[in-house]
Amino acid sequence: MIQLRNIRKSYKTGYTQLEVLKGIDLDIEAGAFASIMGSSGSGKSTLLNIIGILDEYDEGDYRLDGRMIKGLSQTEAAQYRNRFIGFVFQSFNLLPFKTAQENVALPLYYQKMDRKKRQALAMEYLDMVGLADWAEHLPNQLSGGQQQRVAIARALITQPKVILADEPTGALDSHTSYEVMQLFQKVNKEGITVIIVTHENDIAAMTRRVIRLRDGIIESGGVAASASS
Amino acid sequence: MIDFDKWQEIFNSIRRHPLRTILTALGVFWGIFMLVLLLGAGRGLQNGVEYEFRDDATNSVWVRRGVTSLPYQGLPKGRRIRFTNEDYDMLAEHFKEVEYLTGRFYLSGDQTITYGKTALSYSVRAVHPDHRYLENTMMKSGRYINETDLKEYRKVAVIGAVVQKDLFGDEPPLGKQIKIGSTIYTVVGSYTDTGGDDEMRIIYIPVSTAQKVYAGTEELHQLMFTTGDMGLEEIQQLQEEVRDAFARRHQFDVNDRKALYVFGAAEEYQKFMNLFAAIRAFVWFVGLGSIVAGVIGVSNIMLIVVKDRTKEIGIRKALGATPRSIIAMILQESILITAVAGYLGLLAGVGAISLMESIAVEYFRSPRVDLGVGIAATLVLVAAGALAGLMPARKAAQINPVVAMREG
Ligand SMILES: Nc1ncnc2c1ncn2[C@@H]1O[C@H](COP(=O)(O)OP(=O)(O)OP(=O)(O)O)[C@@H](O)[C@H]1O
Ligand SMILES: [Mg+2]
Repeated sequence: MIQLRNIRKSYKTGYTQLEVLKGIDLDIEAGAFASIMGSSGSGKSTLLNIIGILDEYDEGDYRLDGRMIKGLSQTEAAQYRNRFIGFVFQSFNLLPFKTAQENVALPLYYQKMDRKKRQALAMEYLDMVGLADWAEHLPNQLSGGQQQRVAIARALITQPKVILADEPTGALDSHTSYEVMQLFQKVNKEGITVIIVTHENDIAAMTRRVIRLRDGIIESGGVAASASS
Repeated sequence: MIDFDKWQEIFNSIRRHPLRTILTALGVFWGIFMLVLLLGAGRGLQNGVEYEFRDDATNSVWVRRGVTSLPYQGLPKGRRIRFTNEDYDMLAEHFKEVEYLTGRFYLSGDQTITYGKTALSYSVRAVHPDHRYLENTMMKSGRYINETDLKEYRKVAVIGAVVQKDLFGDEPPLGKQIKIGSTIYTVVGSYTDTGGDDEMRIIYIPVSTAQKVYAGTEELHQLMFTTGDMGLEEIQQLQEEVRDAFARRHQFDVNDRKALYVFGAAEEYQKFMNLFAAIRAFVWFVGLGSIVAGVIGVSNIMLIVVKDRTKEIGIRKALGATPRSIIAMILQESILITAVAGYLGLLAGVGAISLMESIAVEYFRSPRVDLGVGIAATLVLVAAGALAGLMPARKAAQINPVVAMREG
């Protein structure tokens, strides 16, 4: 599903150049449930954003479901994101002025699906994450766990091939974290590839594969590890 | 079909920031309001002046007598200049380019006009036949003063429509005898005049008759002529030549501007027209200035909008919003605000102008904005609003979603 070959990425800050990813080789098969771990600043988010086509890389090759992801226009990138990828963020990133249902339906708006169909589908996905009764609520009327479940419903509504979650439990207590992880497990069982960035060992332990990043290089769980798993 | 979702997004955004929206709209509203108001007022002023000129031929030149203010070849200053028929003849002979020529002889003060038992007071002018062209006199019935009247010193009168109504009511006036003072005249014509009622309260009689009956001399009080289709410079040249000729005949210094007044309506008219061109330019300058200010305001506020919505735009992009859809989102809001505000400004401007229309002041008449200008201004504004939004919108579309989502 995901093939990274010698991916390099650096940020220019002022006069200095910060190399964040220093040659990443990584294969993630379809249907995987993987976590990426590493110390703060090791480049986890950067890697995830590259996989999610939210950010560009400087060198190397990236194939997503067989397609070469390189030098895409912004429009193409937007369309790939919309069709293939669902994002879940640590800070939920719901639009504060839209109801839960409208938030979930938003990706379908960018597929030009008509409103009625969109809203009906959004209701189904809200039901799936157990929040059908909260459809009309605004994000600030929901708990953190509920907001994250709305965000997951939003990520799933386009039936993406890959779900990318950057510290999805980072802002949640452990009980809620487990609920959210159970949801990811359920999603994964349906065949969707799930990749989670996390700091917490117990969260990583709930995934089937752990990729460790250190100073912009894969320390373990990369290509070689995937062959053995 | 109207894209309901898009509109909903826009109205949502507007509803979330009512103050900002109102401020943006106000700038645009004010710009277009001022433009419409200024254009309308400018036109009103022009109409007013054109109205003041409507009565007289704009190519007429009036020659009036004065008193010398400079000594000339041993003659003292303070001499009164007098015109006679010879001056009329001189103009007719030496200035072939003159189109219509007339003298005027005023009977002193208003005269008592008697018909049957009715006696009323009107002013009487004794004139040459060409006079009718200088005053834009239009015959209603009968005829005007003619050459034969002059030659035979006929006691005939041409009366204004108001005089006719006052004296005769519905009776036909032609052939009737009226008394001017104690002299009996036959009414041979009646006329109307675009100059309004006051211009139709006048009675015209042959200049020769008046000279004989009321002065016993060949005196004229004023001379007037028109210049055909001569250009302004030719007219000014002619005026100088006329002044020259009179200076020689009446022996005064050509540079003595008080001895003789030569007044050209064309010159005056041109002066006004130049003034209007300047006023119009000024109006456009100020009006466009306020529109530009409005547009800059829109652009600024849209920049703030984009900044405010950075995180939202980042999220939308992560979810699959294309740069186009982001541009459209920002742009449509900007266009909607400018279009509505511009339209309201147009309405308010037109409303204010119709209020001004009821104000009756001299030199100010029928202020009006032609619809074309109003619509063009609104369209320009909407386009400008789009342009004003475009820069911030494109900026928004280029936002890196990762960076954007980190905000706020
Ligand atoms: N847009 C950017 N411009 C400059 N430097 C950046 C940018 N994004 C990330 N970095 C730097 O790149 C390095 C890696 O960042 P990244 O967010 O990938 O780390 P991370 O592993 O996700 O850390 P954390 O666990 O704290 O989230 C950091 O040193 C960070 O400061
Ligand atoms: Mg991170």
